Amino acid sequence: MIKVDNLKKFFGAKRAVDGVSFTVERGEVLGFLGPNGAGKSTTMRMVTGFIPPSEGKVSVGGFDMSEQPLPAKRLIGYLPENAPSYNDMTVSGFLGFAAEIRGMTGDAKKKAVHRVMEMCFLESVMHQSVDTLSKGYRHRTCFAQSIIHDPDVLVLDEPTDGLDPNQKHEVRSLIRRMGEKKAIIFSTHILEEVDAVCSRAIIIDRGRIVANGTPAQLRQQSELAGAVTLKATGVSAEQAQDRLRSASGVKNVSIVQKLPDVAWLRVYPSNKEMNGALAREVATLASNQGWKVEELHTEEGRLDEVFRNITMSDTNKATQS
Amino acid sequence: MNGFSTIKTITRRELASYFTSPVAYVFIVIFLALTGIFTFLLGGFFERGEASLVRPFFDWHPWLYLFLVPAAGMRVWAEERRLGTLELLLTMPVTPWQAIVGKFLASWFFLIIALALTFPTVITVCYLGKPDMGTILSGYLGSALLAGAYLAITCMTSAMTRNQVISFILSVVICFFLIAVGWPPVTAFFSGMLPDRLVDLISTFSVLPHFAGFQRGVIDSRDVFFFISIVAFALFCTGVIIRNIRSGN
Repeated sequence: MIKVDNLKKFFGAKRAVDGVSFTVERGEVLGFLGPNGAGKSTTMRMVTGFIPPSEGKVSVGGFDMSEQPLPAKRLIGYLPENAPSYNDMTVSGFLGFAAEIRGMTGDAKKKAVHRVMEMCFLESVMHQSVDTLSKGYRHRTCFAQSIIHDPDVLVLDEPTDGLDPNQKHEVRSLIRRMGEKKAIIFSTHILEEVDAVCSRAIIIDRGRIVANGTPAQLRQQSELAGAVTLKATGVSAEQAQDRLRSASGVKNVSIVQKLPDVAWLRVYPSNKEMNGALAREVATLASNQGWKVEELHTEEGRLDEVFRNITMSDTNKATQS
Repeated sequence: MNGFSTIKTITRRELASYFTSPVAYVFIVIFLALTGIFTFLLGGFFERGEASLVRPFFDWHPWLYLFLVPAAGMRVWAEERRLGTLELLLTMPVTPWQAIVGKFLASWFFLIIALALTFPTVITVCYLGKPDMGTILSGYLGSALLAGAYLAITCMTSAMTRNQVISFILSVVICFFLIAVGWPPVTAFFSGMLPDRLVDLISTFSVLPHFAGFQRGVIDSRDVFFFISIVAFALFCTGVIIRNIRSGN
């Protein structure tokens, strides 16, 4: 549905987006991650046709955004960053306007407005003007606007920003549900959201894609991925560390935290593809040695660690300068 | 959905947003109060003893509009940029031209509504004498066109900035320039230094001589064309400015 090919955007000498390419098919939810100022919003603005790219192409549903903007834009629902909406209008008036601009009139318009107000829990405030609403409601009003025409493509710039935990949960499950039938791109810097919602994630840093894959694949890149964490009693941490270091397939063993009676260790494999073999190895060793195992599990890796490692360069530079 | 219904939707929304805020009512009250004061007190409507609106009423309009039209139009794009709704509007299936024309028409209708509410003045002059209705109508037409020209300039300055005050000041300055180059004290000043033909040429850029025809009851196609071309040029510039905002230059 969405095809982005070598997209670039220069603001003066600054390269805000520098050669981004990706595709999103129907049924996919693509998470867009990156530090602030990495070019997420700029990319989304180009995908939705708000700003023209300096180089490269965007096509939505087969329509080239620069050559056939109207048919392309008809397919897209867009929630811009900070969820702007016309402050002086009522919620239902604003949604009615959005429906009308999307070509709906009469009953179809009324139905569409009611449908999205129900989906986004806006019925209680439908006659209030937008500027009297709290941030969460305003955000949902703009979100409702983006889905009013049941679009095939949804582009959401930080859809859960400023919502309370319950609302975040609602919006995430809404995105996941809609993601079954639509092509969705959403940006966030909340990493747990990626796990909760995305079928694929892209990490973007300084205008370039630095990682692209399913959340599980990204986690694999973490140093932690494949390591085995062990908590056992009946042995001192140092003893257990020495014993485990000599076991086969072990690269290194570290002490997670020094506790008085418990040995809490992390065992790193020499080969990440061990698939539980390391855990079995550690378990066998522990029972042979008579350690009382309290906890033993293989780490999946952590997205925040991957994120930090990949995008670190930028913050490093910022703190040095 | 065709282009016209898109424009209509935008125009309706914009017009409604005037009337949902107090702006519209404050504007109309001030406009009517000022036209009343200018016509009856400063314009010497009664002292003239003639059944005509030419001098006491329409003469003030270029000066009245100089401040009131920028006040009514300064928010058109500046507010849209400040709130970020510009991004929303232009990512909907709307071309920039539809948005520009739709917004202009809405504000113009609003000004025309305010202008139409001066009808009691017409009733007064009809009650007191037998004015030439043709002259009055052509005066209103000219006044509406004049307001449109100022408004288009205000749309342009409004697109230049997120700040309504800056937009207001810029458009007042430009509109004042459009009055001043044909204003007798200014042309008299120039005619001392420049050849007459050059002074004439400069003063054709002024709204005053073009508006004067309408006041006298003469609808000259060149005058109509003058105002329409100001509107077209200013809206074209608005389009260029908006394109530049989008490409981030």
